[in-house]
Amino acid sequence: MPYLGGEETVKELRRALSNPHVQGDPLRHRSTVLRVIRVMSQGVDVAGLFSEMVKACATTDVVQKKLVYVFLCSYASLNPELSLLVINTLRKDCQDPNPMVRSLALRNMTNLRLPSLVEYVQQPLTAGLRDRAACVRRVAVLGWAKLHSLQPHADIDAAVVNELYSMLRDNDPVVMVNCLRALEEILKEEGGVAVNKAIAHHLLNRLKECDVWGQCEVLGVLQRYRPHSEEELFDILSLLDPYLLSPSVPVMAATLGLFLSLCCRGLPAVSLAALRRAQAPLLAACGSASPEMKFTALCHVQLLLRSLPGLMGEHYKRFFCGYAEPAYIKQRKMQVLVELVNDDNVGFVLDELKGYCTDVSPDTAQAAISAIGRIGRSYSDQCLEILTGLLGLKQEHITSVVVQTMRDLVWVCPQCSESVCEALEGCEDTLQDSQGRQALLWLLGVHGDRVSSAPYVLEAFVEQVRSEMAAGVKTELLTATMRVFLCRPAETQDTLGRLLHYCIEEEADMNVRDQALLYYRLLHCGIEETRSVLQGRRSDPSLGVLIGRPAEPVSQWARSFNTLEPLRQCNAGAESAPQAAPYHLALDPEPSLDLCDPLNPSQDRQETAAESVNLLLPGPSAGPLAPGPTAGPPAPGSGGGQLGLSLSPALSPQQFEHLWLGGPQCPHGEPGAREEEEEEECVCVQERMGVSPALQCSPPPQLQAALQRSHIQTMAFTPPHTLPWRVYLYTHTRWGGPAPRGPTLVLGELLYTGGAEDQEGEGEGGERGLRVTAKQRPRDDEAMKGFLQVLSGALHTSSTGSC
Amino acid sequence: MISQIFILSSKGDHLIYKDFRGEVGKDAVTVFYEKVTALTGDQPPVVMSHKELHFVHIRQGGLYWVVTTTADSSPFTLVEFLNRLTTLIKDYCGSLSEKSVRMNFALIYELLDEVVDNGYIQTTSTDILKNFIQTEAVTSKPFSLFDLSNVGLFGAETQQSKVAPSAAAARPIMSSRGDQGGKSEIFVDVVERMSVVIGSNGVLMKVDVEGQIRVKCYMPSCLEMRIGLNEEFSIGKSQLRGYGAAVRVDECSFHQAVKLDEFDQHRILKVCPSQGEHVVMQYLLSDELPSAPPFRLFPTIERDNGGRLLMYLKLRCDLPPKRADREPCVSVCSRSPSLSQELSSPDQKAELRAETRAVHWDIPRFPGGAQLSALFKLEVPGLSSASMMEVGPVGLSFELPKYTCTGLQIRFLRLTPVQAGSSQRWVRYVTHSDSYTIRI
Repeated sequence: MPYLGGEETVKELRRALSNPHVQGDPLRHRSTVLRVIRVMSQGVDVAGLFSEMVKACATTDVVQKKLVYVFLCSYASLNPELSLLVINTLRKDCQDPNPMVRSLALRNMTNLRLPSLVEYVQQPLTAGLRDRAACVRRVAVLGWAKLHSLQPHADIDAAVVNELYSMLRDNDPVVMVNCLRALEEILKEEGGVAVNKAIAHHLLNRLKECDVWGQCEVLGVLQRYRPHSEEELFDILSLLDPYLLSPSVPVMAATLGLFLSLCCRGLPAVSLAALRRAQAPLLAACGSASPEMKFTALCHVQLLLRSLPGLMGEHYKRFFCGYAEPAYIKQRKMQVLVELVNDDNVGFVLDELKGYCTDVSPDTAQAAISAIGRIGRSYSDQCLEILTGLLGLKQEHITSVVVQTMRDLVWVCPQCSESVCEALEGCEDTLQDSQGRQALLWLLGVHGDRVSSAPYVLEAFVEQVRSEMAAGVKTELLTATMRVFLCRPAETQDTLGRLLHYCIEEEADMNVRDQALLYYRLLHCGIEETRSVLQGRRSDPSLGVLIGRPAEPVSQWARSFNTLEPLRQCNAGAESAPQAAPYHLALDPEPSLDLCDPLNPSQDRQETAAESVNLLLPGPSAGPLAPGPTAGPPAPGSGGGQLGLSLSPALSPQQFEHLWLGGPQCPHGEPGAREEEEEEECVCVQERMGVSPALQCSPPPQLQAALQRSHIQTMAFTPPHTLPWRVYLYTHTRWGGPAPRGPTLVLGELLYTGGAEDQEGEGEGGERGLRVTAKQRPRDDEAMKGFLQVLSGALHTSSTGSC
Repeated sequence: MISQIFILSSKGDHLIYKDFRGEVGKDAVTVFYEKVTALTGDQPPVVMSHKELHFVHIRQGGLYWVVTTTADSSPFTLVEFLNRLTTLIKDYCGSLSEKSVRMNFALIYELLDEVVDNGYIQTTSTDILKNFIQTEAVTSKPFSLFDLSNVGLFGAETQQSKVAPSAAAARPIMSSRGDQGGKSEIFVDVVERMSVVIGSNGVLMKVDVEGQIRVKCYMPSCLEMRIGLNEEFSIGKSQLRGYGAAVRVDECSFHQAVKLDEFDQHRILKVCPSQGEHVVMQYLLSDELPSAPPFRLFPTIERDNGGRLLMYLKLRCDLPPKRADREPCVSVCSRSPSLSQELSSPDQKAELRAETRAVHWDIPRFPGGAQLSALFKLEVPGLSSASMMEVGPVGLSFELPKYTCTGLQIRFLRLTPVQAGSSQRWVRYVTHSDSYTIRI
């Protein structure tokens, strides 16, 4: 920032500099020059003093010389002609008996950065390469690099390059390292220094003599070297091994980087071992006194954890946040903590995170709550308890984040929905920001049938819709009201009518209005159509896996190790605000359904719906070979193509009951055999499945999740450990492939009567089995067979998994 | 590779600017300051990018120390270099503040010129640099009340400023040439940082002690120094614990220059200290402490009939009676807008700070074995049982001179060759709280 009165100052300084009395007195002269530099670094333009300063350069006072050089290097490019005057003084200094003066002159000669001076500089530089004093050689070597960058296209004399190569054997380690640096720059187009075996081994042997910075440089250059044999490779690695534990973090990091680049292709096991070995110094860096170093180390710990999940599990306490740490460090530590959670430490970690949730900084509190949400995917009960407790605080920002976290949690862990729905009651009063209200509306819409107050909360929202600013909240409100209307029409009809009326007639935002119109037209198509569009999946458990995530190979990230990239990525991540939000947007299938549906006839719509779900949610069961939400084995028989099961359109409990009771009845008392009874287009099948009784003890959410993964929706359960134990479920079958056939609806009941049935001695030798009753409409035998296979597969996996 | 180095004051004034490669214009400084001030609290500031340009910076002494680079460089190296640069400048200028940087700009330019050439780090060793550096440091009065520039933006820095054990070692290493100085002194400091979490039931949930042995040397030449540690010093968990007061640490690392040939037998470190400050040894103890934690808190929180929250804090210092703590400060988070207080002694004071939403209780002196109590009455609007959850945790910040919580001691300090009378050796111990949290 230019100072006021800068011109006055410059005038006064010029007068002082040209005053012969000042010039005669070394001390006064020096202090005047000092003043020039001072105003220069304050931002005043002192370029006008150039000629006076050139004269001040011719002095025996080294301190003054240095000061003048600082000035000249800053302004030389503005005064190329006048700079020629300096070159004489500089060349004279290059002959000075004092090596310090020689190196100073040589360095500043090259720092002037004037292409016109190149011809005058070359000779002293050549002489400098052979100087007795190491400090002059250091400067001269780098001088050639500077010269090259001045004239990138002019060829540097091959003799100089050769000389630089030979100076790699210089006694002074800094000269050696500088040669490497200079050659890297000069030979950039050829790919840098040619690291052959001789050079590599020479560098490795002299690594010990270098200081920390030199070691980092050499280790970096060595990354390009490829050993010729495995034996040589292991020799190098064992030589480098002590550097992995170096107390200096940069050296440790550079060594680890070299290990990774040497081994990550051929020897993944060795690179993993190196990572384990470097764990201790990296952990120490995470506790460094400098917050910036801490942050750098934390970012790299995150990289390591990608390949070795749970690596530092027992050191989780080292990642607890300090009381006065800056927020960005706290957040990063929490992200690491989430990765380190295991069965042993989850209690402690959650306890610690819980303490951060009431942090005075809202950012930290939010990060802590989202971290708990992430852990909730694996340990849902404990986390939900904490989250529900936080709602009790009735703090605006906390409630908002908790509701958002719950939304994300419910999406991946359907078993949480019960307790989330209970917790939601009453929190609408505390929510102020749009993000939080959107999350609440989404939850109310999707789980409206379980939240008893849902229609009334929505009504309150609709009443205030005029004062609502955020368009996002309005669209979410529309969707939610539509969904609640579908499951509880009597209570919501009036509200929905008012909302649609407002949005169509008065709303200014085009998006909101269009969506309201769209829903309006959709309602005209009939309630079933609306239902099939709006009631999609409520969750996707396949995304919830936090623990047991497959480890990435080291080569995935080895390139970015020890670069700025891991630290920068964090920047980008932080800019997209609340941690959990972005993926949620991508996963929620609704928006795309809403946009593409109304124009298609119902059959197509179902296809597109199912497909768009699948595009967005490549779950584990929908492999690349089976497009559409298919599951299980390929259909039996030849005519079919692929059998797919799908959850949409969803059935309400009432509908299910109606269909179940209204459908064909299976003759009881003849289980085991397969009975069919035709009645119009429907069919009823009974079959026994030899599934271990442990299934019955497994908690409902687990079974529910397992079935959902196979695209079978469970409707109702009897509680575990009761007899007879029943499960009601349904799914839709759909044929993919070349021969499309109509979709069918399959309803099913699982019945387990335990020992009571054994005594009757029926079935396969008293085997404890599960009776499956399935009803299908319209009839499609092959689809039914396929369904039964999928079901038995899912039950088997879930019963073996639960024990 | 470093393109530029610049030092900015917290208000954005340019203090030092040096361009090494001429790749980037001077406007980078302005770009940096705009970017760094635009960051929100949760965004990591260490690395920032603008087009092809990357800024790496640290904050020390209330200043921004920035490096710009165009190529992808090692963040570890850059951050470590900046940290080393700040120590170097502190060594040469005596202290690290906006004022000292402003006064010594010529010296700093000279240093930068020798330390970095063409963007490559040449040397940061004072042994080499002392041959080149000619400018002498200008020192100001050691401390002035108005010099508040070293108060940091982040909480960590305010802690940092307390690290400096005393002002004795805050003088430039070069002033020994001057007439007044000439004292050849050497300081060996054992500095420990505790980070502790104590649960609401009084159980120690987490303890980490990070310690350093720092040597600050003002001697122009010193051949070798032998530092003797406790003989019963042991490293690692596996070692057998004998009777008596064994001093144990989990991990330990030494500076490159330390010779360890007598360490295994006699626990002696041999160093040839160069001028300035160096960390000779770093160690870490986690999960257990040889003695009780220095402070215990017994909180009672109640609601009274008038809708107020009564917070009764009893704080006990478990140090040996002769030790005293220097100005500990207790802070309790709460959202209450008003406070009334009853403290056990008149020289203490407590206040409610709006910006941190916490009650700060400052205690000027806290002798070992003593017990202090305070009663805070907080007005909380809409008091409910949930409001109790919001109170806490309690954070303590303190500095314990002449105390190490690991028990590490320096038995002796010998210099060879034995210098004539004038050399003075100092050993100082200090423990301070990195983070001392007590959950309620």
